[in-house]
Amino acid sequence: MELDAVTSKVLEAIDTSGFRQQGAYNLRYNGQALCHGDSEHIKIKKKEDKPGIDVFISGEAQGEQVHIPVVISKSGMSDKVYNDFYIAEGADVVIVAGCGIHNSGCNETRHDGVHAFHVGKNAKVVYEEKHYGEGEGTGDNILNPVTEIDLEEGAVFTLDTVQIRGVDSTERRTEVDMGPGSRLVVMEKLMTHDKQSAVSNMEVRMNGAGSSAQIVSRSVAKGASRQTFHPNAVGNALCKAHIQCDSIIMDEAQVCSIPEIDARNIDAQIIHEAAIGRINTEQILKLRSFGMSEEEAENVIIDNFLR
Amino acid sequence: MLEVRNLTYEVVENGENVTIVKDISFTVDDGEMLVITGPNGGGKSTVAKLLMGVLNATGGEILLDGRDIKDMGIDERAKAGIGYAFQQPPTFKGMTVRRLLNLAAGRELPEHVCCDLLSNVGMCAREYLDREVDATLSGGERKRVEIATVLAKSHKLCIFDEPEAGIDLWSFSMLVKEFEKIHEDKQETLLLISHQEKIIRMADRILIIKDGAVNACGSAEEILPLLFGEEPGCSCMNRKGGQVYGTGCGNK
Repeated sequence: MELDAVTSKVLEAIDTSGFRQQGAYNLRYNGQALCHGDSEHIKIKKKEDKPGIDVFISGEAQGEQVHIPVVISKSGMSDKVYNDFYIAEGADVVIVAGCGIHNSGCNETRHDGVHAFHVGKNAKVVYEEKHYGEGEGTGDNILNPVTEIDLEEGAVFTLDTVQIRGVDSTERRTEVDMGPGSRLVVMEKLMTHDKQSAVSNMEVRMNGAGSSAQIVSRSVAKGASRQTFHPNAVGNALCKAHIQCDSIIMDEAQVCSIPEIDARNIDAQIIHEAAIGRINTEQILKLRSFGMSEEEAENVIIDNFLR
Repeated sequence: MLEVRNLTYEVVENGENVTIVKDISFTVDDGEMLVITGPNGGGKSTVAKLLMGVLNATGGEILLDGRDIKDMGIDERAKAGIGYAFQQPPTFKGMTVRRLLNLAAGRELPEHVCCDLLSNVGMCAREYLDREVDATLSGGERKRVEIATVLAKSHKLCIFDEPEAGIDLWSFSMLVKEFEKIHEDKQETLLLISHQEKIIRMADRILIIKDGAVNACGSAEEILPLLFGEEPGCSCMNRKGGQVYGTGCGNK
């Protein structure tokens, strides 16, 4: 089906690998499934009891993608959706999600996406989620994602979240339960500006022996924006985890970083690092020595920091 | 040609004016190699920073091809044709070596060009191109990447502030060869701050800065004996306030 210009533009921003109405996909638009398709190994079913979808990925899915973006262009809408992903043993899949709001009115527009992942033995999942807001309106754009991940033995899950601009308020909650030998990689990138606020709470429970987690959070806070990060790695077994939170603070912004590590087993090895600081003057000077203006240098530093 | 006339840099410390660089003058002809050397803390790196605009001179003139660049910003001086390798290069989280080289060159460099640039400073492109220029690189590795960023683009004048610092002997030999090549080509003017005999001996002319002022300046033939005692009995460097001016330094 033909998509309008606003929807296409928002999709470009939130689905950088390119949303196409091919293979497995589901486009949620203003609270309704606008179009959807299945592939041989990935089936998408609409929930009967509440808004959302169930995505069934068979073990035969190898290197396949499923795209499930959400676009809201109706100012004042409050949309809550429950999406469940059932990833069978041995599957290898990329799930591209994300939500974009185009708010041209004066009302608060909101999307709360509750995503639950049930990842089978030795399955490999890359989950990409991009949040974005735009529009000439004065109403706030609010996104509150909840991500629950259950990893069976040997499963590998990469969570790549990006929120670069246009989201006035976000409160993210991520909870992960990890089985034996499973691996989690989290890359969280966030930029806030003006009076935006962002809160990210994460709890990773390493329950199985040999599980490991790497959590990297990079953020830039500009204007009068506020950010709070609270990742918590809980070691309930022989496990390894590394949490790294780096933030660049600018203007009148506030950043609060609270990495928490909680070892409940003598063989748990958990490390955390957190750093908040302004852009280094030496970095600016180095890039200016290439012929860039101060503003260009600053943009390059931020762009690469969040890359 | 670079002409430096009466370059001065003063700062206020505890309410008093302190002169860090005192009335320094010298010239560097096109294609020439000038090495600035002298005791630690003497003001060599400050002179380099003043030339690039990292610090702002409080007096004097800096002429590049006859144009006074003293009041230009660092980016304008870069556009005027000056390349500068920092003595202590910064780290960049998230920035790969490849990206930094591309930014330095002002264009996307083909793989083989990146490879050549890194090879010239003793690094293997396959190993380093996609690594981040962050604290996971050693000081010596960052230094070699820094030098490669200056080599990534042709300049009228290249300034290297102690390029040898923190670099292992094998990489240093590669670096010396690269400087020799640039020097032989005569396409770029080289100004190096160095304590290394091998680099000092490559110079066409040598400037010794001590206590923020020119202590000696002249051709390599004139200055080398003073530095390395090849002329028995010479003690110019040890003489308090002793100054020796050779030919062509503009400070006679």
